[in-house]
Amino acid sequence: MKAYRRARLRESASVADVTDAADREPVEASADSATATQEDITQEIEAISANYAAATRPETMPRLDYPPYRSSILRHPTKDLHHADPETIELYAPVFGLRDVDPLESDLTIQRHGDPIGERIVVTGRVVDGAGRPVANQLVEIWQANSAGRYIHKRDQHPAPLDPHFSGTGRCLTDDQGNYRFTTIKPGPYPWKNHHNAWRPAHIHFSLFGTDFTQRMITQMYFPGDPLFPLDPIYQAIVDPEARERLVAAYDHDVTTHEWSTGYRWDIVLTGSQRTWMEGEDDR
Amino acid sequence: MTGARLPPTPGQTVGPFYGYALPFDGDSELVSTQHPKAVRLHGTVRDGRGSPVPDALLEIWQPDADGMISREPGSLRRDGYTFTGWGRAATDDTGHYSFTTIEPGSSGNGTAPFFAMTVFARGLLNRLFTRIYLPGHAALASDVLLTAVPADRRDTLMARREGDGLVFDLTLQGERETVFLAYPGN
Repeated sequence: MKAYRRARLRESASVADVTDAADREPVEASADSATATQEDITQEIEAISANYAAATRPETMPRLDYPPYRSSILRHPTKDLHHADPETIELYAPVFGLRDVDPLESDLTIQRHGDPIGERIVVTGRVVDGAGRPVANQLVEIWQANSAGRYIHKRDQHPAPLDPHFSGTGRCLTDDQGNYRFTTIKPGPYPWKNHHNAWRPAHIHFSLFGTDFTQRMITQMYFPGDPLFPLDPIYQAIVDPEARERLVAAYDHDVTTHEWSTGYRWDIVLTGSQRTWMEGEDDR
Repeated sequence: MTGARLPPTPGQTVGPFYGYALPFDGDSELVSTQHPKAVRLHGTVRDGRGSPVPDALLEIWQPDADGMISREPGSLRRDGYTFTGWGRAATDDTGHYSFTTIEPGSSGNGTAPFFAMTVFARGLLNRLFTRIYLPGHAALASDVLLTAVPADRRDTLMARREGDGLVFDLTLQGERETVFLAYPGN
């Protein structure tokens, strides 16, 4: 109750204060959220998980309605999504090219005048559609915290150091085979205000386009073996264990390079393309 | 369109910290404000309590005024002349977003024109899709999607004309909840 009142007070004082506090203390969270313990949240996660284990049809996407992630409580649709057959513009995706993205934007370690602190890594993989066809020459955008778990975003007030040599944002175009590749620094985990002592597992945000508008998606890539996985309500909102695993990159020693960086591989499957491809179209 | 389906990679929330990564100069200006057919498409995003959502990110994708679908690159570095059909706008501290664009034309056989929209937000665990129809078009009454939506919810997919702009408000949850779409395979 106290946390809720505090947030409302902020709102009446200044809208900017609320947004500054946005993820640290969500105004729309239930009254007791900021005082919930990790144990409370873990119990909620486990209860949902136990209930799901009884289900037969695997869920492939996160639940939109997942109360352990408090910010979702007032932001998920409560009515059924309306099933629609994609038409006209929905059967196409915007086109990006070399005019949009400089190849250097895929290296997050060379954007400022100096080397960022942390573990240099390469993250690479392939973007394909549901039928396994490469999503070629399409935009991939990433953003992430630095090695200390701090974003340069003004709303991030985590008292960990900013790195003057690291912006944490990158872009690239997939190649003709759908491959993407980024050089970056391994992000650190960071605290947030979902509940008391809440920590997000280290992750890199990925924004992806397919060949159809209907394939547009944003997600998060995680690192193998993170001890925070069972505690994190955002990761656990994907209730199917195999589906969750699809967000975890694999360490790949073939991507690791001698005396330079370690390597991770993460392949991405978009939902199926609905459009019948025309001959020659995929070599654009 | 046949053959084995690979299980899709799950989505996740855009989170609160996309602000320094996804927005870019000119992101919401599909055309210049000086364009003779420029129109403002704007509105407010609200949550289940009616509070504005100050950390949502919206994208639109549309044909040009003649219904042609652009295959031109250049959305991220606009040249002021090429219509790419795609734009992105973050909501401000009052939950308001604004695009400068042109009204889409019909893309086929006189069907009702619409903007395709994607919605991302902190607290929203996966993206949502919707459509924004233009008011007053003759084909609205026979539109396949609109006629399949319950009559009392149809207007959540309609922009309204106000001044020289189009207003389209989104409600993520509740009584006035916007109709969000699921496509086959989603």
